[in-house]
Amino acid sequence: MWTWFHKLASPPHFYRTAAILSPWLAMPGLALIAWGAWQGLFVVPMDYQQGDAFRIIYVHVPSAYLSLMAYMIMATSGAIGLIWRMKLAHAVAASAAPIGAAFTFLALATGSIWGRPMWGTWWEWGDPRMMSELILLFLYFGYMALRSAIDDTAKADKASAVLALVGIVNVVIVHFSVEWWSSLHQGQTVFKKGTMDAEMKTALLIMILGFTLLFGAMLLRRIRTEVLYRERRTRWVREMILSPEGGS
Amino acid sequence: MKPRQQRMLAVGLAVLGIAIAAGLTLRAFEDNMMFFVEISDVVAGKHPSERNFRIGGLVVGGSVHREEGSLDMSFEVTDTACTVPVIYSGVLPDLFREGQGVVAHGRMGDNGVFVADKILAKHDENYMAPEVAESLSKHQQDIQAAVARGTEGCNPDDS
Repeated sequence: MWTWFHKLASPPHFYRTAAILSPWLAMPGLALIAWGAWQGLFVVPMDYQQGDAFRIIYVHVPSAYLSLMAYMIMATSGAIGLIWRMKLAHAVAASAAPIGAAFTFLALATGSIWGRPMWGTWWEWGDPRMMSELILLFLYFGYMALRSAIDDTAKADKASAVLALVGIVNVVIVHFSVEWWSSLHQGQTVFKKGTMDAEMKTALLIMILGFTLLFGAMLLRRIRTEVLYRERRTRWVREMILSPEGGS
Repeated sequence: MKPRQQRMLAVGLAVLGIAIAAGLTLRAFEDNMMFFVEISDVVAGKHPSERNFRIGGLVVGGSVHREEGSLDMSFEVTDTACTVPVIYSGVLPDLFREGQGVVAHGRMGDNGVFVADKILAKHDENYMAPEVAESLSKHQQDIQAAVARGTEGCNPDDS
C-alpha cells in the first residue's frame, strides 16, 4: 500500500506529477481569489464600526493563516527528512520557506495598515500577537540564511530542519497569543460562531481557500525547481534535457 | 530499536523539551507578556507604580467629557466590575467610542486617576453589517447597562 508513497517520493516522478498538478491548483485558486475579492471589496456590507476599512481582512487573514501553514509544512517536511532520510522532503522544506516569509510579511503589512486608523498605531512593541508574528518572519529569514550559509546540501538540510523544528514553538505562540495574554489584537473570529456576518464570512472562507490553492501551486512550482537543481548531476535530468521535448 | 525509530524518538523528545522550556519561560515572564493590565488588577494595586504601563477595558457610557476648545478630556474605563477614571489630552483613534474597548498608556496618579499619554482603540472579534448591528442594539443595551453599572461588583481583594 505504500508503493504510491515511495513512487511520489522519487524525484523524477514527483517532478512530472507536480507539473500536471500545479495548474489544477493555480486556476481554481485564482478564480476563487478573483470572486472572493470582488465579493469582499464590493458586495458584502461594510462593518457597523469600521466601515469599509474592515475589507483588508480579505487579504490579512488568509496571509496570516498561510504564514503559519507554510511554517508547519516546512517543519514537518524537515522532520520527515530527518527521520526517514527522504531527500524530497528537504526539497519541500526549502521551497516552502520563501513563500511563507512572503505571506508573513503580507500579514504584518496589512495588519499595520489597518491598525493605524483603527487602533491608532502602526505598530506596538510588546504586543504578544505582533511580536510573535514578527519573530516568525525572522525565523523564516534565519532559516533561509542558514541554508545558504552551508554549501553541503545534506548538511544544510539537517541543520535547517532542526532550526525549523525549534521554531514550531513560536507557531503555537502566534496562534494562542490572543487567548493566553491580553493583546491589542482581537481574538479568534473565523472559527467561532456568531461573530461574523454570514455573507462576510463566506467571502472570507472563499479567499482562504483560494489563497491556499494558489499557495499549493506556488509550492509545487518551487519544489520542481529545487528538485531539478538538486538532481542536476543525475541521469534522469540529463536525459530529460537532451530529449527532443527538451524537458518541460 | 531501529536507527529510524531512534531518530524519530530524538526528534520527538527534542520538540517536547523545547516546548516545555518555552512554556516555563513564558510562565515566568507572564506579566511582561501582557500588553495591558486589567482594571480589577489596577484597582487592587497590582500594577507597576514607578513606570508607565497600559490599562485595558471598556469606555463607560456617558462618562466621556471634553473641555471646550481644547484636547483635554476625561472618561472612565471599566472591566464591568471595577472602574478607573482616565484623563487624556490628544487625538483619539477612529474606533474610540463609549462602550468600546480601549487601551490607555500612562501612569497612575496619586489621586487614583490614570493619566494617559496615548490612547489606542481595541477592536473586538465581531464583524457585522450596520443594519444587523441596529437590530442587535437590545443586546448592545445589555452590555451598556453592565458597563454603566460600573463599580457595583468590584471586589479587588479576591482577584
